[in-house]
Amino acid sequence: MDQGRQPEWSGEPLPPRVLVLAGGLSHERDVSLRSGRRVAEALRSAGIEVDERDVDADLLGILRSEPPTCVFPMLHGETGEDGAIREVLELLSVPYVGAGPAACRIAFDKPVAKETVARAGVLTPASACLSAETFREMGAAEMMAAVVAGLGLPLIVKPTRSGSALGCTVVRTAAELPSAMVNAYAYGPVALVEQFIEGAEVAVTVIDEGAGPRALPAVGIHPDGGVYDYTARYTAGATEFHVPARISPELAETCAEVALQVHRVLGLRDVSRADLIIDPSGRVWFLETNVAPGFTETSTVPLAVQVAGLDLGKVCLSLVHAAVARNRDNPDA
Amino acid sequence: MIEFPSADSTRLDSYVDRYAARTHGMTASEIRALFAVASRPEVVSLAGGMPNISGLPLDVVGSAISNLLQAKGEVALQYGSGQGDPVLREQICAVMRLEGIEAHPDDLVVTVGSQQAVDLVTRIFCDPGDVVLCEAPSYVGALGVFKAFQCEVVHVAMDAHGLVPEHLREAIAAVKAAGKRIKFLYTIPNFHNPAGVTLSAARRAEVLDIARAEDILILEDNPYGLLGFDSDPLPALRAHEAEGVIYLGSFSKTFSPGMRVGWALAPHAVREKLVLAQEAATLCPPSFSQMAISTYLHQHDWQGQIKQMREMYRERRDAMMTALADFMPASCSWNRPEGGFFVWLTLPPGIDGKAMLPRAVTARVAYVPGTAFFADGFGSNAIRLSFCYPPPERIREGVRRLAGVLEAEMELRTTFGATSLSSHRARSEYDAPSTDLS
Repeated sequence: MDQGRQPEWSGEPLPPRVLVLAGGLSHERDVSLRSGRRVAEALRSAGIEVDERDVDADLLGILRSEPPTCVFPMLHGETGEDGAIREVLELLSVPYVGAGPAACRIAFDKPVAKETVARAGVLTPASACLSAETFREMGAAEMMAAVVAGLGLPLIVKPTRSGSALGCTVVRTAAELPSAMVNAYAYGPVALVEQFIEGAEVAVTVIDEGAGPRALPAVGIHPDGGVYDYTARYTAGATEFHVPARISPELAETCAEVALQVHRVLGLRDVSRADLIIDPSGRVWFLETNVAPGFTETSTVPLAVQVAGLDLGKVCLSLVHAAVARNRDNPDA
Repeated sequence: MIEFPSADSTRLDSYVDRYAARTHGMTASEIRALFAVASRPEVVSLAGGMPNISGLPLDVVGSAISNLLQAKGEVALQYGSGQGDPVLREQICAVMRLEGIEAHPDDLVVTVGSQQAVDLVTRIFCDPGDVVLCEAPSYVGALGVFKAFQCEVVHVAMDAHGLVPEHLREAIAAVKAAGKRIKFLYTIPNFHNPAGVTLSAARRAEVLDIARAEDILILEDNPYGLLGFDSDPLPALRAHEAEGVIYLGSFSKTFSPGMRVGWALAPHAVREKLVLAQEAATLCPPSFSQMAISTYLHQHDWQGQIKQMREMYRERRDAMMTALADFMPASCSWNRPEGGFFVWLTLPPGIDGKAMLPRAVTARVAYVPGTAFFADGFGSNAIRLSFCYPPPERIREGVRRLAGVLEAEMELRTTFGATSLSSHRARSEYDAPSTDLS
C-alpha cells in the first residue's frame, strides 16, 4: 500500500485488505488475470491494500488463516461466474463483491437467464437450447433442419455457459450450422441457438454503491470485422467504442431500464453488465448478462465508469464498502 | 436512425493509426488464451517445447558463474563485441565440429538465441513480398519472423525422411513461374520442430544439389542436432556446403534457454551484414551469458551432460510412444522421432485440432494445433505433441486424457457429419502437402 496515502475507507476493521481472485481454470483464465490486475490497481489507487491470488488448493487455508476484509472475485467463466466460488465464500462468511451463488447460477446459464428475464417482459431473441446428445439421439440433419425452420436465419450459436464470445459463431446459411454447433460443443455439452439480431450492439453496466442499482451510460460497440468476437474484444484498436453509445436519449433510457430490470429480476448485486442489441426499428433485445464483467483494458465496464465521470478506484472501493456493509448488517445473507 | 452523433469514440489504443502495416496482424487469439490455462499444474501440457533443465548441475553452473564474476566480472558486466565473445566463438566451432562442420570463429555471429539469428537473416535478405520456402509444417517462431517482415511463405511437403526433393523442385518452379523471388529455403533438418522427422543423408545431398542448381540460399536451423537418441548426428548441410548455407545453432536445448545464446555461421560477406544488423538491433549479444556459457563449456563435461539429456529425452519419447500405442484410436497416425522434442500426430479424418483444443483444455491436457505451423491455415488435421518437459508418468496421463478428448470429438463429428465440417484447405497456387509424416 502507498504509505503516504490515506485509504478512503470508513468500514471496520482497519486497515482494510481486499483479496482479488483472478485466474482459475476456465477458458477465460487469461482475461480473468487481466481483469483482476486492473481491479487490484484501481483499488490500490484508492489507497487500499490488495492481494491478488489464483484459485488453487491453498486458497481455503488462506481465507481461513488470514481472512481478508473483502474478496473481489474477478474469475470469469466456470467456477467464477457459476456461483461455486461465491458458495465457498458464503460458507466461510467472507464478504465478497457481486451476486450471490443462487443468482449467479441463473445468470451464468444463458438460456435460464433469458427465460427468467423474458417472463418479466424483457425482449430477448427466440432461441433453442440443445445438447449434443439431443442431436445424436434424434439425428443431426433432421434436428438442424428443424432449428433453421423454427428460428430462421441468421442465427448465432453459443455455448450456454461461457463468456468472451468463446465458441460463438454467427450462422448465415444452413450449411454453416454444423460447424457452428461443433465449435460451441467444444466449450460445453449444451449450446444455445439464437436468432441473430442485426443492429447496434451496446453494453450497459449496472453498479450499486449502496444506494440502489443505477445504470451507467451505454457503450456502443463497433468491431472492425462486424463481429464482436474474442479477437475484437481483446485486441486494442480492433473495435471502435462509442462512449456513450450514439443513440437517442429515449433509447439510452430504454437500454438503462432493461439493464436495471435484468439486474433486479435475476437478483444480481453490486455490479453487472447487460449485453444488448438495438434493432433497426429501435427495439432493445437482451442477449446476456455478466455477474463478473470484464475489467480489462479493452472491456466496456471501465469505459462506462469513465464516461459517467467516475473514478474506477473509487467505484471499486464503494463496491467493497457495500459488500462489507451487507455482510456486517446481515451475516447470513 | 439509431445513430446519434454527439458522442466520443475510442479504440482504446491511441496509437492505432501509427502502427506499421506489419503490426496489424498482431492480434489477441482464442488459442493464446487457452494456453494460459495450460500453465496451471492441473493441466498436462504436451504443448510447449521447453527444454527440461532439471538435470543441469546447478552447483557447477553456480560456481562457474561465481568464478567468472571474480575473475572477469568487469568484462562480463560490460558491453561486448557486436560479433560476440571471441573465446566463445572458438568453443562454438568445437561444438559444430560434432556435426561435421569446419568453421572459422571469424565467420560466426553470436545472437540472442537462434531466434534472433532467424530475425537478422530475414532482416538483411527479405523485402516485403519476397518468398521464403519452408517445410510443411515449419517452426512457428520462424513463421512469425517471416510474417513480421511481410514475406510470402511457400511450404514444401515433407515425409518421414524430411523435405521431399521433388516437391522442392516443383515449389521453386511454381514460384519462379509466378515471377516471384525466392530469398532462401528455411529448413530444420534434424528432429524437426514440429514434425519430429530428420532429413535423410541421401536427401541432404539432393537438397543441396537443387539449391546449387537453382541458386537458392539455405537457412539451416539446427537447435536439436545433438539430441539424437539412436545414432551419431548426420553431417549438417553446412558440413557439405560453405557458400550456399547459413547455419544457425543454439545453446538453448543443450544447456539453457534462459541464457539466450545462439549463433549464425555465414559466408563472410553475409557475416559482415549480420554483425551490422546485430549492432543495430542490440549493440551486442549479452556479454554475461556468453562468458557464463564459455566458462561452463571450459569447466564442465558438457558432452557428458548432453548424453544425460539424450537419455532423459529418450525415456520421455518412449513413454509417449507407448502411451500413444496404448490409447490412441487406430485412425490416428504419428511418427517415432529419433531425437529432439516433438511428435507430429495426424488426427482421424474430419477432426480439427484447433477446434478440439477447448475440449482438451477442459480435460486438462494441452497440445499445439497443426495450423500454428503453417502460414496459410493448412494443418488443421494434425497436432504437435511435446515430450520434452513432463515426466514419463505425466506424459502417459496426458495422452490418456487426449485419447478421451479425441473419442468425444470423433463422436461429435460423426453426429454432425465429418465431411461437411472438414476445414482442410489446400493452397491455390501450389500443391497441398501431406500432413501425415508417419
